[in-house]
Amino acid sequence: MRPIDETPGHLLDVRDLYVEFRTREGVAHVINGVSFYLDAGEALAVLGESGSGKSVTAQAVMGILDMPPAMIPSGEIRYQGENLLALPEEKRRHVRGQEIGMIFQDALSALNPVFPVGWQISETLRRREGLSKEEARNRAVELMELVKIPAARERVKDYPHQFSGGMRQRVMIATALAMDPKILIADEPTTALDVTVQAQIMDLLGDLRRELNMAMILITHDLGVVADVADRIAVMYAGRIVEHADVHSLYAAPAHPYTKGLLESIPRLDTKGQELSTIRGLPPNLMRIPPGCPFHPRCPYAEPVCVEQVPPSYDLGAGRTSACHFAEEVRRDSGGV
Amino acid sequence: MTAVASEEMVRVDGLVKHFPITQGIIFKKRIGAVKAVDGVSFTLYKGETLGVVGESGCGKSTLAKMLMHLETPTSGKAYFQGKDMFAISGGELRRLRRNIQMVMQDPYTSLNPRMTVGDIIGEPYEIHTEVAPRGDRRRRVQELLELVGLNPEHLNRYPHQFSGGQRQRIGIARALALRPEVIVCDEPVSALDVSIQAQVINLLEKLQDELGLSYIFIAHDLSVVRHISDRVAVMYLGKIVEIGTDDEIYNRPTHPYTQALLSAVPVPDPTAREHREIIRLEGDVPSPADPPSGCRFRTRCWKAQEVCAVEEPPLVPREADPHPSACHFAEQRHVVA
Repeated sequence: MRPIDETPGHLLDVRDLYVEFRTREGVAHVINGVSFYLDAGEALAVLGESGSGKSVTAQAVMGILDMPPAMIPSGEIRYQGENLLALPEEKRRHVRGQEIGMIFQDALSALNPVFPVGWQISETLRRREGLSKEEARNRAVELMELVKIPAARERVKDYPHQFSGGMRQRVMIATALAMDPKILIADEPTTALDVTVQAQIMDLLGDLRRELNMAMILITHDLGVVADVADRIAVMYAGRIVEHADVHSLYAAPAHPYTKGLLESIPRLDTKGQELSTIRGLPPNLMRIPPGCPFHPRCPYAEPVCVEQVPPSYDLGAGRTSACHFAEEVRRDSGGV
Repeated sequence: MTAVASEEMVRVDGLVKHFPITQGIIFKKRIGAVKAVDGVSFTLYKGETLGVVGESGCGKSTLAKMLMHLETPTSGKAYFQGKDMFAISGGELRRLRRNIQMVMQDPYTSLNPRMTVGDIIGEPYEIHTEVAPRGDRRRRVQELLELVGLNPEHLNRYPHQFSGGQRQRIGIARALALRPEVIVCDEPVSALDVSIQAQVINLLEKLQDELGLSYIFIAHDLSVVRHISDRVAVMYLGKIVEIGTDDEIYNRPTHPYTQALLSAVPVPDPTAREHREIIRLEGDVPSPADPPSGCRFRTRCWKAQEVCAVEEPPLVPREADPHPSACHFAEQRHVVA
């Protein structure tokens, strides 16, 4: 499961990461050998359905997994060459927030309801850089202006409940940007928002990425949002990256049956009045992942080999990989060459 | 699927629901009202699907509750097969309740975790005993389970033993138990993963064909609504701003809000980015407690002129296209590729 070239010098380089959750019912294998990289200024989307391990991957990178119950039995998360998993907590804390920032799906529960937003935005600045109250407030106003909150100076003392959903998400983005991180991890940043507000927030994230030359990992389940913003996509299923490609090639000709099935199950103009194509069955229980390829019970391409062997990541050229024994065939069927 | 015979099932005429805002504990003084639904009219014909789209706070769920007779309208009328829904009581009301059923959004909270699936689906028979004699219920429930694609032997299981998609099927089976003619679906697939969504949409369409059901399909996902609906109503702040066939709404929208909503939907095709017209709305939806004067959309509309603040545009056929649109400056604009 090493989809990507071995050249060093990536900003972030995750190698063969495993994460398990020990529960009373048994061990859930949530991440099973995930590898990906991220270069400066790039936007990588991690796409998957619930239980695919996309959020846990993000939390592992950020270092905010609850351990226990979570455990990282093996793997490396290299940031600028340094393995974060081997760092003592104190140094890890320096990376968290300062180098890698994160925003979450639900801004209302991510923000503290009893403190003004300005206070929360500048909290890291006061604690880490020892800014005075006055300086911190000025920085908070600047950050609120950066994320285009109107009348920032008047609103810096307002509380989260006084903001609308979209504005709250902007406050959270400002908080994540306070330390000027090189990577922003956005975990389903617009899932709780209405479409028109979602579009505003995605535009803002795109603008900020360009202005600040910031790399971004976008965690999402929405194939539409991904197509609009990401440079590359990693598709996850049952804790593995099953396909990795640049956006254009992935949408033009998916090379993994799961990706193909997902794209075909979205209602489109030409499916009107027809039955939608579906992926049969259900995602696996992570305590009992099927042997061989975890997707084989749902896969129209499955052959006996899929039950016997875990498919490696086949290199399809141009940075594309697919963890399917029949990757070339799938890609041909999807219209690719 | 299109209603040819045009037998009227539900007709709603100027439906209004205001929720009072009060002040004080003992003498609850009324200081205002949340105008959740503010004058909505439409007709649902036999065998058709009417899609209702809009963002949060537009009143679509309050509308659903009124159709379910769970909320009494402040004013306006609703007719089921010609009978005034809010003027009947006793046996007639019971028959009405049998004929309009609902599928809820969240398959996790809408099923009682302490009841078996058989009891959940069979519960409607406890109230409407005339539909199924006691000895016959088990067989009926098994038939329903089979109809929605679940194993009929599973009627002694509990909801937690099923996945999200399967639970939604249980919710659909419960809605079908009394053999209704109209089903109100309130965001029936938005809590489900993409690969499961398609399965549930296909099921709803199959049931409609087999049982001749009429659907009111409330959702915020415009591509899902387009797939399943014969006609679509777009709501904004308690009012329908545009209504028409799926072709009229998606290909020839004349209301600026519809156009903006359609253009904000992320399309799962990265090449569409280049040749798509993007309309970005400024700001958020105003509070329904204090909607703008005249046209409610004028505060976010790029076409707004003085007349929009003074005169409320009626929902009538416009010169630009013969379907009803509530805009003084209705004009066609093609936004979706």
